[in-house]
Amino acid sequence: MSNGIKKESSFGIAHVILFISIAVLCIFVAWPVLLILFNAFFVNGSFNSSDFYAVLTEPETFQALLNSLFIASMTTIGSTIVGTFFAWLVTRTDLPYKKFMKGLFLVPFMLPSFIGALAWKMLLSPNSGYINTFLMDLFGLQEPVFNIYTYMGISAVEVMYLFPFVFIQVCGALERMDPTLEESARISGAGLFTITRKITIPLVLPSIMSGALLIMLYSMAHFGTVAVLGIENGIYNIPTLIYEKIHQSGGSFESIRTGTVLSTVLVVTAAAIIWAQQKILSKGHYQIIGGKSFRPMELKLRGLRYPLLFACLAYIGFTIVLPTVVIFMVGGVSTYGLPLTWENMSLDNYKYILFDYEVTKDAIINSVSLGLVAALITMFAGVMISYVIVKMKVKGKGILEFLGMLPFSVPGSVIALGVILAWSGQFGINLYNTVWIILVAYIARYMAFSLKANSAALEQVHDSLMEASRSCGASMWQSLKDIVIPLVRPGMISAFFLIFLPALRELTVSIMLYAPTTRTIGVAIYTLNEDGETVMSTALAGIALILIVVGQTLINHFTKKAGE
Amino acid sequence: MEKLITIQGVYKSYEQHHVVSDLNLDVYKGECFTLLGPSGCGKTTMIRLLAGHEVPDKGRITIGDITVVDTETGEYIPPERRALGVVFQDYAVWPHMTVYENIAYPLKMEKRPKEEIDKLVMDMIDVVGMHGLEKRLPSELSGGQQQRVALARALVADPAVMLLDEPLSNLDANLREEMRFEIKDLQRKFGITVMYVTHDQEVALAISDRIAIMDAKGQIRQMGTPYEIFEKPADLFVFKFMGVANFINVREENGEYYIGNGQQLVPGDRPVGQAAKWVLGFRPSDVTVSRTGEGLKGKITKATYLGSTMDYTIAIDGEHFRTAIETHEALVNNLMFKAGEDCLINFKALHWFDAEQLKEVEDL
Repeated sequence: MSNGIKKESSFGIAHVILFISIAVLCIFVAWPVLLILFNAFFVNGSFNSSDFYAVLTEPETFQALLNSLFIASMTTIGSTIVGTFFAWLVTRTDLPYKKFMKGLFLVPFMLPSFIGALAWKMLLSPNSGYINTFLMDLFGLQEPVFNIYTYMGISAVEVMYLFPFVFIQVCGALERMDPTLEESARISGAGLFTITRKITIPLVLPSIMSGALLIMLYSMAHFGTVAVLGIENGIYNIPTLIYEKIHQSGGSFESIRTGTVLSTVLVVTAAAIIWAQQKILSKGHYQIIGGKSFRPMELKLRGLRYPLLFACLAYIGFTIVLPTVVIFMVGGVSTYGLPLTWENMSLDNYKYILFDYEVTKDAIINSVSLGLVAALITMFAGVMISYVIVKMKVKGKGILEFLGMLPFSVPGSVIALGVILAWSGQFGINLYNTVWIILVAYIARYMAFSLKANSAALEQVHDSLMEASRSCGASMWQSLKDIVIPLVRPGMISAFFLIFLPALRELTVSIMLYAPTTRTIGVAIYTLNEDGETVMSTALAGIALILIVVGQTLINHFTKKAGE
Repeated sequence: MEKLITIQGVYKSYEQHHVVSDLNLDVYKGECFTLLGPSGCGKTTMIRLLAGHEVPDKGRITIGDITVVDTETGEYIPPERRALGVVFQDYAVWPHMTVYENIAYPLKMEKRPKEEIDKLVMDMIDVVGMHGLEKRLPSELSGGQQQRVALARALVADPAVMLLDEPLSNLDANLREEMRFEIKDLQRKFGITVMYVTHDQEVALAISDRIAIMDAKGQIRQMGTPYEIFEKPADLFVFKFMGVANFINVREENGEYYIGNGQQLVPGDRPVGQAAKWVLGFRPSDVTVSRTGEGLKGKITKATYLGSTMDYTIAIDGEHFRTAIETHEALVNNLMFKAGEDCLINFKALHWFDAEQLKEVEDL
């Protein structure tokens, strides 16, 4: 603005908010990432890309990179097939109890994949897995039938708990697709097979791809499943190798350097994936799928109706119910290895970990309080930042929009490493080995969720609502308080839960940052299992599952209320 | 008359695009002043500048004896201290507040005592005919009812000036007609000064004391009473904007003016001023057709029965125009023409325009 008025009138508030928003994102997200890039490319203060290359091509590092790619690819392909098939079943066929089945297919989201991995380890480990020993006894075999400690095993477990990403996207697209597009093809004489191939699939392909990329991104940087199932056979991916290196060496320079190089690869991959996803979603033909819900054409399954329903139920039973039951049963026996019979069950373990065992008691308190505080801080920071991005007209907003994209593309293990670099005393503040460093990392990790939920809510609040209150005599702050905040409250509440629940089960970040007294639930489950305390570990996993289910029920209750 | 709003030399542009350029106008106390123009002509920007939601690049605005913005001295009064009533195009009724809470909000901001707020709000609810609906949420109201809430909210604190930005454009035709009279009634009742912005010339004619016609470049083409604007348009833009218009070409030969390519003289007044080429402008209602008597000779080329009216397209010396005649009148006077029949034409009013202007305006 050339005149002095705009500056003067808006400087007081707008620029302060903008400045705080930029500062929050810089301190929590941009700075740690920058430190990683700096440490990856600069050795002793000077730029050195050949060293970057040398670290990357070390056999161990390179293998981890390949493993990450391989496991992620297998997981992506598997999840896409499973997710698309189930999505098609519940939207485009006359499968019985479709609505119920659709809800059921979202349940895997609730089961943290590392807890699932733990259960599958108990079921399918070559030597002592319950299913393996059962089959060996039954058929008198000498060799175990299944081995979960393989690439296939890891990918299969990841597919079980990640496929809903594709499922949700494809369901949404299939439900919102204008059925007249298919009907006009049918009127032109095309058969159902042709319609599916030529009309339906091309139209939902962007959604399938976008869900697949989401899984790719998640799996590349996924710690839990690989950590639980891969270590036995020496299968490391990028996050588990970073953890192993830093953990074993107590944070040596070498290990941090390897970590930063691998993290850089992750960040670049993530950025590329997100770029590709946005590109796909913004393609023109996606617009054919509108926001309205139509009644789509249904395929008659005829004789296959009940067999397919049974197959779906069996899938859920096998991937969700069975692991959950195993978790609760193993958590009930006094020693791991005892037969899972009713006489061996007791609640002693649960009582012990809830009331007497310091490690697990601390872990529960830590996770709940970390989750609450991180969710609160991130929720409020997210409202403020989204407000600037969505509503305000200030110079310098572009920087904020760029910074706001950053949290979406930084995987958890990268954040953890960045936080170690930023907050372990090199810059005057040492939070290492305290609970605060985990909090800082959580805020960075979940900022993306908060920004998403709050921007969506703010987009709904038309500018004129605030202008009306200004003209009614309310100051800017008063208008924010009376008009904007009440209207975005549903978005804030959903942001809160979107952060609190995942934080409760967080493993990837906390495993890199924990100290003996600052274990979180995820860390406690993982380390107890590593230390051979299988029974305690699974009992805690059972408690975690209960917390998650209760939390999810609350979320559904609140979001339903807000939607009314 | 006492000036209440003065706008002096106001400029506003967005990204090099001039929305308002060098705007000057005065609004007198107690009048209903309408800014009328095509969409995108900067009239909404003008309202926002007055309300203080935008700051001009250059210029000065005073309301009453207070300068609300002056780019020269750097004075700027924020929206909340301008004490205006504003009604927005999309109503901007707060969805989380009841009708009562919406209307009470301006009074609450003034920190009036609770009993007074209660009385004023209930009175206002009666005035806009929303009695019994005060506990409803906006989602439970129709568009027209939401509009009434918006009006009540703008009026309740008894502002000296009310700004209305296309408040009727989201309503259906019947409701629009009803509401425009209600707005006019409210304005008279409260003796309030109204600045009204619209692209709908019928609404503008119906409610305004004075109208300013704005073109797409944000410049004012004519200012005057509804009668002046409609009957004595300053230029072709205003004439065309105020309703359906016919234009026919005129040929000048030896100081005389002939219609089209024929030999019939243009009746009535001669043009004033200079132009390379002239066109005649007139409204369908300014034409009378007959079978006998005086008049220019023409031919009916198309006759369409539209129920209450007959719509004719008439050719005269290579030029075409449209007119309408009430079916009842046509029946009584034997004026039910068929395509191909000859007719005689008389004009009640003709406007001379520079043909160059026509080209310019047709781009709009």
